[in-house]
Amino acid sequence: MQINGAQMVIEALIAEGVNTVFGYPGGAIMNVYDEIYKQDGFKHILTRHEQAAIHAAEGYSKVSGKVGVAMITSGPGFTNAVTGLADAYMDSIPLVVISGQVPMSLIGTDGFQEIDAIGISRPCTKHNYLVTDAKDLPRVLKEAFHIAATGRPGPVHVDIPKDVTAQIAEFDYSVELELETYKPNVKGNLRQIKKAMEAISKAKRPLFYLGGGIINANAADEVRELVHKTGIPAVETFMARGVLSHDDKYLISMLGMHGSYAANMAMSETDLVIGLGARFDDRVTGKLSEFAKNADVIHVDIDPASISKLVNADYPIVGDVKNVVNDMLDNLGNIKSESYIPWNDTVNQFDELHPLAYHEDTDRIKPQWVIERVGQLLGDDANISTDVGQHQMWAAQFYPFSRPRQWISSGGLGTMGFGFPAAIGVKAAAPDKVSINFTGDGSILMNCQELMTAVEKKLPVINIILNNNYLGMVRQWQTLFYDKRHSETDLSVQPDFVKLSEAFGGIGYRVTTKEEFDAALKDAVEKNVVAFIDVVVERLENVMPMVPSGGSLFNMMLLEKKEK
Amino acid sequence: MEVNERRVISVIVVNESSVLSRITNLFSGRGYNITSLTVAPIPDSKYSRLTIVTSGSVKVIEQITKQLHKLIPVLKVYEHADLVEKEMAMVKFPVSENIADISTLCEAYNGKIVNVSDNVIITMVADEPKRIENYLQLISRYNPKEIVRSGAVALER
Repeated sequence: MQINGAQMVIEALIAEGVNTVFGYPGGAIMNVYDEIYKQDGFKHILTRHEQAAIHAAEGYSKVSGKVGVAMITSGPGFTNAVTGLADAYMDSIPLVVISGQVPMSLIGTDGFQEIDAIGISRPCTKHNYLVTDAKDLPRVLKEAFHIAATGRPGPVHVDIPKDVTAQIAEFDYSVELELETYKPNVKGNLRQIKKAMEAISKAKRPLFYLGGGIINANAADEVRELVHKTGIPAVETFMARGVLSHDDKYLISMLGMHGSYAANMAMSETDLVIGLGARFDDRVTGKLSEFAKNADVIHVDIDPASISKLVNADYPIVGDVKNVVNDMLDNLGNIKSESYIPWNDTVNQFDELHPLAYHEDTDRIKPQWVIERVGQLLGDDANISTDVGQHQMWAAQFYPFSRPRQWISSGGLGTMGFGFPAAIGVKAAAPDKVSINFTGDGSILMNCQELMTAVEKKLPVINIILNNNYLGMVRQWQTLFYDKRHSETDLSVQPDFVKLSEAFGGIGYRVTTKEEFDAALKDAVEKNVVAFIDVVVERLENVMPMVPSGGSLFNMMLLEKKEK
Repeated sequence: MEVNERRVISVIVVNESSVLSRITNLFSGRGYNITSLTVAPIPDSKYSRLTIVTSGSVKVIEQITKQLHKLIPVLKVYEHADLVEKEMAMVKFPVSENIADISTLCEAYNGKIVNVSDNVIITMVADEPKRIENYLQLISRYNPKEIVRSGAVALER
């Protein structure tokens, strides 16, 4: 059929099964918004900032497993969205982000709200397009969705000049894709997989190193089966929280800079690392030359460039982790779980020696308690988003995650301001679960305008602010490594968070005791409107244990032991 | 310290707008070197061929080829081991210099005088990059006014 470019965008989104789009209109994208007004194939959620639109689409995608879609205008609309694109790129989140551009005739003239959008988005997207003719739009949009969702997922940016959205051309979305240069390898090499299984059967102290790729590949069930059938202990990366349930006897904990003593020691003592969809990030490995020093490495990843990038892989396997783990399950051979019992015992002893813990030794509420308490009260009924900082690490350490896609946090880029809009997207995708955003008094102010979105669209996110009147994580580093010179991290001057929420039509609570916290959370869940729970917590609490930047995993700063 | 080796990488890419900047962005963004880069369309196809001369440790070169492969419009990446490599250089000399000497030198390096005007002559030579270096050293005594090098192109044997 012959339709204009704007109508093509709508038709393509509907054909892709999109039911929620996050966005913000403006001059160059107006033709598309005009068509959004006329259609009822999907709903549009108006955020109050373009960055928030991308983060909301990320949250939506992470919970639903679908491609998240966001729409923005040219110039400042686009530049506001760049942080979101970079965030999605670092965490391999499939997005299609459509931006308006000035008309073709104005491109290159420094026109009003013109910026070289694809030039800017190139290093922070998986791929991008400038569409110069409406006849290319169906193919480009179809490719965009395909590229975003397949292989190692990531954001794809499509920039469309205003006159192209008005141009009429033929639209046929059923045309088959021809992407000769893009064919991700999804099936792992079977011979290599068998060799890896052979290595596992010979190892004395093997260790599963589970990464976020397992969640992207929807492979948690298969991985759980593999862990249980082999009886090999497992550590999770920050991105992999929820792959194994918190009460799984083979799950040690999270590893890395703020990983548990047992997880980091297990990684230091193992003789075979079995990496599944994890990329050996510097926050995980610490000092590379000391990382899993005596171990061989099996590395399963969909992205060949991740393999042997930082840690040399003795058994590299390129493929979709779900396929590879299924092949592993078919080739268990003579792996005997009993033989790993002594190793499991060793790991458990590590955990008994220095468990993840905190001391309740002050009048003020401890931030870790808040995380644990929400876990006790809501557990599996909540999806957990976070911002970035101390609260984020405590949430990763102490929340009892029970399923994949329950945990939504900005890992690679570490974007303050991510949590609240992401939690809005989470609620839009999973309305039956409580959407919690653990945040800090620093982070929450970086996208607090999204109170308006949550109120307008009735997306009742509960923001739990662990308020220590500090930019806590930076303050912690200043305390530990900068001789307590707390440069520009004291946030004693703050808004009244209760009134702030109320000003937008939400509800707010100021909490100083555990009883008040329980009552506030219960009330917020019942009232079902967007809420700020401002929890006054111990100011100088540090995230422990900690591997100082560049240090070795086995050299952790630990929680001080105290006499009971 | 790992040794930095000179390597030649050929990349076959879809001939579309902004593909070159995808490649060069990748090099600058990840801190890789480009010593020279040439690009031209492959006849009777929708592809272009880039020849990139770079340097780095074995590990870095492996990352470069993998990262190049990840770019969507990249069809193939060859990291050459055994190759024939050529480069062209054009040099402008004042006509007052010893043209006979210059001409003889050019011939020794697969070249000749390609243009003569009132004030200057222009020569071209085409040879292996290392020999081009030699040539450029030799002609320095004839007061070259301008030198232009094409960058290397290569084919596997």
